[in-house]
Amino acid sequence: MSNILAVVEQRDGQVRGVGREVLSAAAAAAESLGAAADALLLGERAAADAAALGHYGAGTVKLALHPGLGAYSPERYARVVADVVTAGGYGAVFFGATAQGKDLAPRVAALLDVPLASDVTGIDAEDGQLVFIRPVYAGKAFARVVSEGAVAAASLRPNVFAPAERAGAGSVEEVPVTLPDGPTSRVVDFEAAGGTLDVSEASVIVSGGRGMKGPENWHLLEAVRDAVGSDVAALGASRAVVDAGWRPHGEQVGQTGKTVSPKLYMAMAISGAIQHLAGMRTSQTIVAVNKDPDAPIFGVADYGIVGDVQEVLPRLAEEIRALKARG
Amino acid sequence: MNITVCIKRTPDTETRIRVAQDGVGIDSTGVKYIMSPYDEMAVEAALRTRESLGAGEVEVLTLGEDGSVETLRAGLAMGADRATLLRGAATMDGLATARTLQAELGGREVGLILFGVKAADDDQQQVGPMTATLLGLPCVTAVADFEVQDGAVRCRREVEGGTEVVEVPTPAVLTVTKGAFEPRYASLKGIMAAKRKPLEEKPAEAAESRLTVRVLEPPPQRPAGRVVGEGADAVPELVRLLREEAKVL
Ligand SMILES: Cc1cc2nc3c(=O)[nH]c(=O)nc-3n(C[C@H](O)[C@H](O)[C@H](O)COP(=O)(O)OP(=O)(O)OC[C@H]3O[C@@H](n4cnc5c(N)ncnc54)[C@H](O)[C@@H]3O)c2cc1C
Ligand SMILES: Nc1ncnc2c1ncn2[C@@H]1O[C@H](COP(=O)(O)O)[C@@H](O)[C@H]1O
Repeated sequence: MSNILAVVEQRDGQVRGVGREVLSAAAAAAESLGAAADALLLGERAAADAAALGHYGAGTVKLALHPGLGAYSPERYARVVADVVTAGGYGAVFFGATAQGKDLAPRVAALLDVPLASDVTGIDAEDGQLVFIRPVYAGKAFARVVSEGAVAAASLRPNVFAPAERAGAGSVEEVPVTLPDGPTSRVVDFEAAGGTLDVSEASVIVSGGRGMKGPENWHLLEAVRDAVGSDVAALGASRAVVDAGWRPHGEQVGQTGKTVSPKLYMAMAISGAIQHLAGMRTSQTIVAVNKDPDAPIFGVADYGIVGDVQEVLPRLAEEIRALKARG
Repeated sequence: MNITVCIKRTPDTETRIRVAQDGVGIDSTGVKYIMSPYDEMAVEAALRTRESLGAGEVEVLTLGEDGSVETLRAGLAMGADRATLLRGAATMDGLATARTLQAELGGREVGLILFGVKAADDDQQQVGPMTATLLGLPCVTAVADFEVQDGAVRCRREVEGGTEVVEVPTPAVLTVTKGAFEPRYASLKGIMAAKRKPLEEKPAEAAESRLTVRVLEPPPQRPAGRVVGEGADAVPELVRLLREEAKVL
């Protein structure tokens, strides 16, 4: 099989963590097929740490640099990625299934006229072919799929593939860029959500459900988030909470919310409805606190406490703070 | 302005999913089917746009088999004006679906083409932007709210870290996510009226599926968890396990 291209996202002049995950997965898949992996970054300038991608398995770090690529533009990015895939003769192209990747990957696949496996959580090689494992029916089943297209395209769920350093340094190379003309969508405004970490990017999520009783009790969850560290932890919510208007929709986890896969997911007073599990069941470790010992959430939790969140949460914040203080 | 909403028939989100004998599909016995939840939001968005513009027709369009007639009727009952069934098999290959939709929509005068952000069965999150790319139309994905004004659509989309406002000229393709468009319930009157609304059926211009499901299997079992204890007294042990055993704190 030919080489694999990992499309690596950069933001604020830095490579995003998910980019190293995608590249590591590409390098591992390439290795099992006797091929190599390259990384591609798009932007006005290269991220300061772009060259370091060589340590994560990139044979070549390709840079598509152009003033017109400074901000994400779906049509432009899609054209440039498709051109690099074609010019490089790649056999596969991987994206991160982030907000940007989910927008970009289908367009690239359409331009290349190849199918796309979205939100992949595992990759195998069988008979020299890549097999993508992906959750379907909101995680109630997993499909093993193969692409019959000339390029095997996939987007990979963030936080599932571990970034892995490898021997080798990789070279850096600029690639020619031709921007498409035609209608381009224009971002006319951006409202930052208060600078807190997005639930889809957090490695620890503290989620609250209807059993929290009301928005006035959210300080209990915030205290746990802050104890863990608001640079890595974020708040999440069940739909019941969002529908009640206690929390913004951006925090909803589940079938009609975000799909997350953090290192640690804490479900506080969440019953564990199937639609909620859809959004978090591939988390590495799940903790549940619920006063009902029969709540379905205990069926997927690695660790549970049967109890009242009003009592458990303050203690949890305190113990985590103490733990961090000890180092 | 005319609006077409692409909708899909999917299993109810509550339904238990069992793998069929063939090992690649689901056993549909006892499965209740619905209009995919985000598609309902897209229909709602179309109806509200028609209402606010005071002109234009809303069409619901699907690629599917017999059962999808019911899904189209549900769209008509909500208030869509007409329905089209492209008779054929929908597969996990979203590009094949997009090709079929492109063949149908290509020659038409449509102001907006709406999709759900993702279908509740394959969760591929791709048919909308693929169809747009094939049609050469601008496309905004994961739109929580939008407004049509003077030949342009202003969309709000939630991205990591905030809300983006994006503007595109019409005709355009949007994929709708949860936000402003809580779907209405069909009224009894709507359900009765739906029976008399035009529903056209034609063979789909089938595109070959090139994404093959080799195996469909139940989700990997999470190893049985354990209850650490009861109440606040169990917290120190929980924190110890998270640090020493799970190594996540
Ligand atoms: C199409 C569709 C899509 C959906 N999408 C989503 C989605 O994306 N995300 C989502 O979350 N849901 C979704 N749902 C809704 C889902 O079915 C549930 O209704 C919802 O998840 C319930 O939220 P909850 O667990 O917070 O509330 P409840 O089910 O009411 O559970 C509250 C829990 O809190 C516990 N509790 C109460 N008081 C305390 C206390 N003092 N201490 C400890 N525990 C306490 C109770 O024992 C109970 O288990 C969807 C539903 C449909 C039909
Ligand atoms: N068979 C189909 N017929 C009509 N529209 C579809 C079909 N499959 C998918 N769609 C549309 O594409 C959206 C995204 O589907 P998917 O890419 O499969 O997650 C759905 O919400 C529908 O709006």
